[in-house]
Amino acid sequence: MDHIFEKYALRKPENLIPLLQELQKENGYLTDEIVEKVSLHLHIPTNRIYGVATFYDQFRFRQRGLYHIQVCRGTSCYLCSSESYLKEIEKLLKVQAGSVTRDKRFSLETVNCMGGCSQSPVIRINDTYYHHLSVADLSEVLRIFREKTE
Amino acid sequence: MPAQDLTDNRVFLIEKVIKNYSGIFDKTTTDRLAMLRRDKVTRPVIYIGTGTCGIISGAKSTLGKVRNYLSENNIIADIIEVGCNGFCSAEPLLDIQLPGKTRLSFRNVTWDKAEDILNSSLNHTLLPDQVLGQYQQPGLEEWPNVQLLDQIPWFSLQRRCILKNAGIICPVSIEDYIVRGGYKPLYKTVLNYPADKICEIIEQSELRGRAGGGFPTGKKWKIALDTAGDQKYMICNADESDPGAFMDRAMIESDPHRVLEGIAIASYAIGASQAIIYVRSDYENSLNILEMAIRQAKDYGLLGENIFGSGFNLSVSIRQGAGAFVCGEETALVSSLEGQRGLPGSKPPYPAEKGLWGQPTVINNVETLANIPGILENGPAWFKTLGTKSSKGTKLFSVAGKSVSTGFIEVPMGTTFSAIINNIAGGVKDGKALKAVQLGGPSGVCIPPADLDTPIDFESLSEIGATLGLGGLIILDEKTCMVNLARYFMNFLQNESCGKCIPCREGTRMMLDILEGITKRPKEETTHETLERFKGVVQLESLAEVIRDTSLCGLGQNAPNPVLSSLKWFREEFEEHIFDRRCSAGVCHDLRTFFIDVEFCNGCNICQKKCPENAIIGSLKQPHFIIESKCTGCGICFDACKFSAIYFK
Repeated sequence: MDHIFEKYALRKPENLIPLLQELQKENGYLTDEIVEKVSLHLHIPTNRIYGVATFYDQFRFRQRGLYHIQVCRGTSCYLCSSESYLKEIEKLLKVQAGSVTRDKRFSLETVNCMGGCSQSPVIRINDTYYHHLSVADLSEVLRIFREKTE
Repeated sequence: MPAQDLTDNRVFLIEKVIKNYSGIFDKTTTDRLAMLRRDKVTRPVIYIGTGTCGIISGAKSTLGKVRNYLSENNIIADIIEVGCNGFCSAEPLLDIQLPGKTRLSFRNVTWDKAEDILNSSLNHTLLPDQVLGQYQQPGLEEWPNVQLLDQIPWFSLQRRCILKNAGIICPVSIEDYIVRGGYKPLYKTVLNYPADKICEIIEQSELRGRAGGGFPTGKKWKIALDTAGDQKYMICNADESDPGAFMDRAMIESDPHRVLEGIAIASYAIGASQAIIYVRSDYENSLNILEMAIRQAKDYGLLGENIFGSGFNLSVSIRQGAGAFVCGEETALVSSLEGQRGLPGSKPPYPAEKGLWGQPTVINNVETLANIPGILENGPAWFKTLGTKSSKGTKLFSVAGKSVSTGFIEVPMGTTFSAIINNIAGGVKDGKALKAVQLGGPSGVCIPPADLDTPIDFESLSEIGATLGLGGLIILDEKTCMVNLARYFMNFLQNESCGKCIPCREGTRMMLDILEGITKRPKEETTHETLERFKGVVQLESLAEVIRDTSLCGLGQNAPNPVLSSLKWFREEFEEHIFDRRCSAGVCHDLRTFFIDVEFCNGCNICQKKCPENAIIGSLKQPHFIIESKCTGCGICFDACKFSAIYFK
């Protein structure tokens, strides 16, 4: 991770958010150690870093699953009943939105908008998008992902 | 393409095209430009739309299939990835241009259809099902019996000025942009005009900010120019945090250089040498495309030090927004850039006087900046011919929700809602009736059918109590529950409230509580709770007024809008929920009452076993019944029934 710290100059508070973003991209999530390191690097107290990191939706302090599922809850997706998809996934994987399955294979999250409103409802699993799925298709997709890890 | 060739093109484009002031080219230049514009091609060219909307629809698989097909059949053809032309419901879009023929567009080309389409069209025959239309290209042979793209309802009513390259050019090719007249306005600007003259031109054009407020852009620039400061900043706001709007994303993905040119001109006009583009981190595709575009522009000497030898320096950097709705507010955006929590501050002083690090800062949104090159190219008088008395120019809208066609469009200001819905978007899906149009994101308003003939401009909208917002249009059909929609928006705003001032932080929470009380049915309700629920409507209105009048920033002031507008136009629906405990749209799950159709029920007993309330009675192989007083409306029986015998009212 040192190469990321090297990119950002010392003691510049405006580098806080980009630095955290890159560290999260590298590590997957933020840990207490990372926050302490950032604090020493930028000379910002850790409480302020936590203050900033918890304010923004992007930062997370928990590990994601191997497959990260994002269900869009934008206005257009809401109208196209994205909520029923969310419930279906919660039921199938036995996981609540915002958490990870026990075997760490899947994590589920709702997002405000992915910018694919014309294709709603949109679901994203890692880098693959799915749209206009029926509930049956959805369980099929999840089954394939589940088999991949077994 | 070999490196030497590229440099050649670069020198040619800069010296012969951008710097050609008159716009009259000699024969060799014209021919070479036509070649670069792909007016004439020597081998087949295949265009695939790979904007985010295309990728979601599966354009990457189509692309892979096309590549395979070409290599398997030893066909030499160019594949060009373009952005989106706006007709997102027709994605993935695939265009084919054969030598001597016009460019032909196919719709909904998923990977399984790609082979058949290529097979037939490369042999000069057509499969009529997937054909969308052909481009108008004089001098080339037209495909028989294929309509022009401009004649399709989606395109025919649009006036595409800032979208004119969208879906046509490769977004990550600066050549494509320059051969269509790009970066010439920037050259004219830095060479001919002093900064205050540019502000004056923009002021004359009467361009108003496209991010909702509608502040005159030229005036904003002038304030920043006239305020003394060591370092001025130009910020392009591409955060687009409104769910349901995606024009900025589409603009960047389809024609990023137009936005960059706008940023460069704006920076020159306010005397800024640093520009920052604030992009949503969710828009990965936009981020990649912008990064590439900035690199190319630097390579061409159009950004960086001493642009066109004029002494004007500009460095453009990208910052990722970390996901906070409130950062759409200028002052919150500035604190986010300074590495703080994105809390809004009080205005005045406006950022144009005292913004990032206390320096004069202009914040414009993507669409506003994309308008700038056009105004400088054609003059402010041309711009003023478009639009209405109070609002000049064109406006981008994203059309989503329950319409037949969805996507993004550009229409002159003053176009009516009904023209957009009925003529461009083709009406409501599945022949349902239109209930309302939601405009301006979560803090926007719902416009009832009676007001749909209102021309869309700043003044007419404020007359009916609406704001333009970013321009996200969501079409609602008769199956939409307005109370539930208001609850959804309130939930969103309550989550996104930054927590700085109490009216917004606590008020949105209270409004959400009231709306949840209305849309839910508790198992047992005490008299007190019933009274609270009945008081709901009255309280909602007075709460809304307090939030609107006492909040600091735009988010808080506009937070009650969705509730107030729904209450105004759809009051009977609220009353139906409160007094009759009924949701006629069937959206509020808790308020549904279930019945069993004796005709279809064969007494399989599944619903009885699954019912958590023991509300279903009946013996095996006999039709069952639901005891209404015990039923909580959870819908488990409805999902469990294999014979569709259970229905709700």
